[in-house]
Amino acid sequence: MTKPFLSVEQLTQSFPDGKGGTMTVFEDATFGVEKGEFVCILGHSGCGKSTIMNILAGLAEPTSGVVKMDGYEVSGPSLDRGVVFQNYSLLPWLSALRNVMFGVKARHPNWSKTKVAEHSEAYLAMVGLDGDTIHRKPSQLSGGMRQRVSIARAFANHPKLLLLDEPFGALDALTRGTIQEELLKIWGETKQTVFMITHDIDEAILLADRILLMTNGPLARVAESVEITIPRPRNRTEIVEHPNYYAIRNHLVQFLGRRSKELSGRRSNGTPQVPETVRITMEETAEPEGDGDKSPRLHAVQN
Amino acid sequence: MTLSLNQKSALLSIVLLAVGLLIWEAAIPGQKPLEEMTEYERLTGGGAQKAGVPPPSQVLAKAWEQLSNPFYDAGPNDKGIGIQIGYSIYRVLSGYLLAALVALPLGFLIGMSPMAYRALNPFIQVLRPISPLAWMPLALFVIQDSEASAIFVIFICSIWPMLINTAFGVAGVRSDWVNVARTHELGPLKTAFTVILPAAAPTIITGMRISIGIAWLVIVAAEMLVGGTGIGYYVWNEWNNLDLTSVIFSILMIGIVGMLLDSAFAALQRAVAYAE
Ligand SMILES: Nc1ncnc2c1ncn2[C@@H]1O[C@H](COP(=O)(O)OP(=O)(O)O)[C@@H](O)[C@H]1O
Ligand SMILES: [Mg+2]
Repeated sequence: MTKPFLSVEQLTQSFPDGKGGTMTVFEDATFGVEKGEFVCILGHSGCGKSTIMNILAGLAEPTSGVVKMDGYEVSGPSLDRGVVFQNYSLLPWLSALRNVMFGVKARHPNWSKTKVAEHSEAYLAMVGLDGDTIHRKPSQLSGGMRQRVSIARAFANHPKLLLLDEPFGALDALTRGTIQEELLKIWGETKQTVFMITHDIDEAILLADRILLMTNGPLARVAESVEITIPRPRNRTEIVEHPNYYAIRNHLVQFLGRRSKELSGRRSNGTPQVPETVRITMEETAEPEGDGDKSPRLHAVQN
Repeated sequence: MTLSLNQKSALLSIVLLAVGLLIWEAAIPGQKPLEEMTEYERLTGGGAQKAGVPPPSQVLAKAWEQLSNPFYDAGPNDKGIGIQIGYSIYRVLSGYLLAALVALPLGFLIGMSPMAYRALNPFIQVLRPISPLAWMPLALFVIQDSEASAIFVIFICSIWPMLINTAFGVAGVRSDWVNVARTHELGPLKTAFTVILPAAAPTIITGMRISIGIAWLVIVAAEMLVGGTGIGYYVWNEWNNLDLTSVIFSILMIGIVGMLLDSAFAALQRAVAYAE
């Protein structure tokens, strides 16, 4: 079996629990992400999503296990892995444009200033920011605009892997909707590999090729990998009409509501914890033996 | 007529100044005849002949005289106010810049390294509360030069607020911003200059502003001790000459120069301020 583009192998993270012992956030987590794939990870707050992302970004060291990207082991942060944090990731003393230029300059130290500025402006325009707005400081921008600037900064650098930690968590639903669509558009144009944390089920279905479901912590597991069997291009109004939409949604709601609790707290005993692949489809034509059967199909494939 | 808040407060300031000056002027008439004095005034010596506090009109005349020729030099005990202030500013800035050269890098180090912080903290805690003038005898003995000793005293008094604020500012830089530098593969020096310095600048400049204020307070006292030149020496010398008009005039000048130094740093503070 060939290794995926991003390969997470037996990742374990534990922290001191403050009472002299240790608290294991997750154990032997093992999963992969293919090149160009958009993967969302969904789980309750505190289960260890940010911890995984910080390890992928190289900002934190796991207790054990390795992360490989393109065959190379990840150690320390790199321009090849762009990060969009939930909050405060813009430098408040720089204008929106200069924040993006900050990233572009780091990526291309020998570009001229005009080239850096033009490149940055192009990416700001892609997320709908232009004119006067881009010369304002983050404090003078709305939350939605700030997060657009962060996204522009990350995409402008063409990282091989883009990591987003609940990028829209602090935004109101309407703003979130428009930025999600902008994110889809810019992702469609650049075809970057994206790994995104969210706690919003609808957001995950709209954006992802595949959703990783995490059980509750401590001793959390990436328990399932749910394929989103809804063709692209997608938009928020049309996907809800797709026959698979509610089946997938129900599955996710069930998982987060019930099974995330039931499946948590199991020790791995040193074996890799690989998520079960789940493919949900209501289309009659998809499977020959499913004729006439309208119930959702659940295929569990052990890989 | 409607006035803005600024105009109203400016007007009020002028009125207060005028009233204050009038009261001062009126309070210093020639000596009252003895029979008009109250019992209290007689008992407190109000009737005795003495060198009186000069009225503001005299101080103004003095200011005019001094400021119309501030840089004359007629021997060691008779120099223009501009020369004296120049000496004081020169000493303050030399000591202050030396202090900045030490405090800013050291503050960065302490702010970035918890170990350096813990190792140096006891020394800072002991040295900081020492009155800068207490160093004077030791400085004079070791350095053997009054000029350099005055500069040393300025150095030692301005170092602490800068050091502590720099360390505090650097330590308090949001880890998210440092992570932005890390994910962009910036080296330590680049991170220090493009992320940590601008992030900590408001706190650092606040420390520098406190320091320049203290340095200006201390230089007057230091110059009274070491003598020779400077505004502090000038005040003391005019007191010895019993020239109270000059004393009051120089007190005002000390205040004005202090205010100018402070407003320079206030402007700097505004320039580096940012809203989150
Ligand atoms: N540096 C740390 N020290 C100790 N515990 C931590 C640390 N970072 C995270 N944790 C703990 O690890 C768990 C997972 O945290 P996190 O990854 O932030 O969760 P999520 O992002 O899924 O909400 C939480 O219980 C949190 O308290
Ligand atoms: Mg989190």
